[in-house]
Amino acid sequence: MSLKVDEPINVEDTRPASALSGSGPGLFGIRRRNRTRLVVAIVLAFLSLGPLLYMVSLSFQPNGGLLGATVLIPTHPTVQNYVQAWTQNSFSRYFVNSLIVSIGTVVITVVIASLAAFAFARYKFRFKELIFYIFLASLAVPNLLLLIPQFLLMDKLHLLDSLFGLVLLYVSSNLPFTIFLLRGFFEAIPKEYEESFRLDGARTLRVLTSLIVPLSLPALAVVSMFIFSAAWDEFPVALTMISTSTHYTLPVGLADFIGVHTVAWGPFFAASVIATVPVIVVFLVSLRWFRSGVSLGAIR
Amino acid sequence: MIYGVFTVYPIFRQFDLSFFNWHIFPGMSNPSVGWSNYIAIFHDPVVRTASFNSFLFIVITVPIQMAIGLFAAAVLTDRLPGSMFWRAAVYVPVVTSWVVVSWVFSYLFASQGGMMNAVVSFFTGHTVSIDWTAQTWTANGVIWLLSIWKGVGWSFIIFLAALDGIPRQLLESARIDGASEFRVWRYVVLPSIRGAVTFVTVLLVIGGAQVFTQIFEITKGGPYNSTQSLMTYMYQQAFSNFAFGYAAAMASLLAVVLFGFSAAEIRILRRQDA
Repeated sequence: MSLKVDEPINVEDTRPASALSGSGPGLFGIRRRNRTRLVVAIVLAFLSLGPLLYMVSLSFQPNGGLLGATVLIPTHPTVQNYVQAWTQNSFSRYFVNSLIVSIGTVVITVVIASLAAFAFARYKFRFKELIFYIFLASLAVPNLLLLIPQFLLMDKLHLLDSLFGLVLLYVSSNLPFTIFLLRGFFEAIPKEYEESFRLDGARTLRVLTSLIVPLSLPALAVVSMFIFSAAWDEFPVALTMISTSTHYTLPVGLADFIGVHTVAWGPFFAASVIATVPVIVVFLVSLRWFRSGVSLGAIR
Repeated sequence: MIYGVFTVYPIFRQFDLSFFNWHIFPGMSNPSVGWSNYIAIFHDPVVRTASFNSFLFIVITVPIQMAIGLFAAAVLTDRLPGSMFWRAAVYVPVVTSWVVVSWVFSYLFASQGGMMNAVVSFFTGHTVSIDWTAQTWTANGVIWLLSIWKGVGWSFIIFLAALDGIPRQLLESARIDGASEFRVWRYVVLPSIRGAVTFVTVLLVIGGAQVFTQIFEITKGGPYNSTQSLMTYMYQQAFSNFAFGYAAAMASLLAVVLFGFSAAEIRILRRQDA
């Protein structure tokens, strides 16, 4: 499955646009329409952030004022909702559960995927391409369709209702894509680096930990961000596997919150804001590596 | 290994299960029922509604998401004051939680005191209290709108990377040769990002066929199953009605269809590459 864009031919300057931006011609010609683009950018940002800002605004409004809450800026801002959200419904517990599950998923997935991607990128072994294609093919099998057999499997392994079981399922669903991305990235690292490293007597695992991994940090960071936000947000699998409320992750806990307190919108939105902050922080931190665009290079 | 146990094994188990009238409760027998689960699926009116809804969901949300994503990428790919902020803003909805934003949208469209009714009231001049999420088509509309809003950032980021890779000199020389903006896009830009377009299409269609959380949270498939999608109906059959065999048969059929679709899509891509 080659997802590469055809290399343009007979082009003298193949530097990426980022190297040219600022001075050279842009996608819309030379610096033309900058003002229009800025206006469009503002509209896009407003539409994207609007509902989220509304949520933040609601979370600071006293619950009584919520019906007919078309007031955008709270007139009597209060943090009462946050206090209530954090102390009720073992919400803080869900938060910790989600942290454990998401971080666990990221760490295990990235470690296994790095090892596998390194093997795919550097070694020859029997059925290598076949195995890789089986991995790729499973990208086309929707994860949710496996929900039922996975449920029965976890039941048999006595891993139902366990956070560890959840992590295992998340790892397995994130592996193919991660291996796919990392293989492309590892293969782009010149073999010569590795050879000179080996001449100094480094063993394979050391090559991986002190050469490949440091060189791939941007890719690993972006991949980790993808996995973290996927695990943080995952709902149907957690809903199915977890039954004890002390084992809930945030999405399940939040959904439950609505079921129990139909009218407590203020605390619900406060809880939502708390649940959204970590993933946005992770995203913002990973932004600095996004710019290099390297990991997405494998896709285009 | 983990992958083998938790993904490959379930794939086969799925097909196995679909031939049984499976019960989750220990001690009950699980008689083999041959193809009857599959036959029942074709006679189930809710399956028909759910298939139609899932299909409509894909046909409506995928092209719109891609169009807005490409548009946003085109606007934001070159330097602009604060471009990092605009890009981050467009992507942020992607990392938010489906459960959270489902309820934000439910709230925006609430019948009593919802923002949308206030807006409609303001423009029409008389007070309305439309119960958006309780009627089939307005509920579908809310679900589509939410899905597009949350999905745009994902195609945006991939198109952004793809557009970034087009050498600007190529565009410039086309313009110097007198090509109109439309022709520059038609013959230079779009062909250069074809790989990204295919990739986004395949993954969005697969994702669209799995639409679950937003429907589960906003309408629960109601009223009267009219907004049910294949995934929400499958979930209901398995975990509310405990018809595991039936749900597994549904999942198997959908998997075959989607796999066929992806294979066809990738083949088309290959042929164009050659």
